[in-house]
Amino acid sequence: MSLALERNGTIDRLGARPRLLATLILLLGVTALQGLPAQALALGLALLLVLAGGQPLRPLGRRLLHLEGFLLALLLLLPLTVPGPALLDLGPVIISETGLLRALGVVLKVNAAILVIFALIGGLEPLRLGHAARGLGVPLRLVQLFLFTSRHIEVYRGEIRRLRDAMKARAFTARTSLHSFRSFGNLAGIVLVRALEKSARVEEAMRCRAFDGRLPAIAPEDEGAGGALCVTLAVLAALALLLLDHWP
Amino acid sequence: MTALLRLAGVTVARGGRPVLDALDLTLHAGERLALVGANGAGKTTLLRTLIGLEKAQAGDVIAFGTACRRESDFRPVRARAGFLFQDADDQLFCPTVIDDVAFGPLNLGLSLRDATARAQAVLAQLHLSALATRVTHRLSGGEKRLVALAGVLAMEPEVLLLDEPTNALDEGHYRRLLDILAGLPQAMIIVSHDRWFLNRLSSRVVALQDGRLRPAHFHSHPHTHDHLHLHIDGADGHGH
Repeated sequence: MSLALERNGTIDRLGARPRLLATLILLLGVTALQGLPAQALALGLALLLVLAGGQPLRPLGRRLLHLEGFLLALLLLLPLTVPGPALLDLGPVIISETGLLRALGVVLKVNAAILVIFALIGGLEPLRLGHAARGLGVPLRLVQLFLFTSRHIEVYRGEIRRLRDAMKARAFTARTSLHSFRSFGNLAGIVLVRALEKSARVEEAMRCRAFDGRLPAIAPEDEGAGGALCVTLAVLAALALLLLDHWP
Repeated sequence: MTALLRLAGVTVARGGRPVLDALDLTLHAGERLALVGANGAGKTTLLRTLIGLEKAQAGDVIAFGTACRRESDFRPVRARAGFLFQDADDQLFCPTVIDDVAFGPLNLGLSLRDATARAQAVLAQLHLSALATRVTHRLSGGEKRLVALAGVLAMEPEVLLLDEPTNALDEGHYRRLLDILAGLPQAMIIVSHDRWFLNRLSSRVVALQDGRLRPAHFHSHPHTHDHLHLHIDGADGHGH
């Protein structure tokens, strides 16, 4: 299974490097936003970007759904834990205005960031993304770590699934018991040990096929004029958002 | 005769293609059923369906007289039908052999002491006691297979589902496995490509083809051929 989504929208025809650069610029801009209006606008713009890219929305919806679960916890906890003027005083529990605003801000910014990532680099094959990152000066080791992870994550998912099936076949059910905790600990341990050994074998097999530590070759990309335009637009959008945020 | 496991009109599809297609199967007490079929014919899927690791889209899975549909229906079945995985590495995950063999009994609710005692008894029965404190991860392929079998037998199952048990075994471990299985009282379904092994063990043969089971049988006829023996230089003997 590939981590990249198969698609062919307007943005997907641009080169990988400008897309990655534009993503980084926009993410930097979005994370720096502090006021609710600018954060909301960022989310709106990110949504427009997704729509403009002409990508299918179904996979995006599925991925966002995973995310919202985590965010829900934040949304519930922050208003209770951040000190500030009380919006609602329920005796022992105080819902603070500062906390609520901060939680809303996090939800808006994280969603905006995910939409930007999905729109701009969600359709990139890991190998192209790796080359683009290398082209932007990311250290080779980090890029390789990313590439190997993307290649092997399914292998280990499969291994864990088979081991879990085998545990079930021996009548294992997860409970809150010492036996369950120990069993899951053993499962995690054996997967790590095997991953370490497998990685050594994979490296040997790669060396046998003349791998010399560089990235696997792919055809150079034609970045074209669209790339420069894409990065310029990203810079302008990020600046506009920051201006709006600081001098409304 | 009572049916231990039964599939009635079971269909299991994968990627839109039926792997098992309205398939019927009955395993009676005391039977040793050989299941043959080409690679990818769905033999493993059939075994997995019997213990609910694979969900049937249609038809009934009836285990020990009870129709099973949900995960919770299959849990007690897995305690009574022991499944030996094709790859022992999928099964062994505890640090030491004794831990791994005791894993099943612990799941059945035995105390640590009783589970360990039962694990030791099974290891002794299979002449594997010497391996008890070894690290599972460092066993040889043949040892892993026998330890995985011990882990299944420690649950005292009524039925054994064996998925290619002879895969990649050397002659010594192959013989030991054959002797162990031949001496077990349990009904079994044995999936294998090893005709000689199946012929020695099985009481009935079925072939899985195009998602259905067809009765089959082995027949032998005289055949002139060369025998290929390995002689290790300097070693004596010529074992036939």
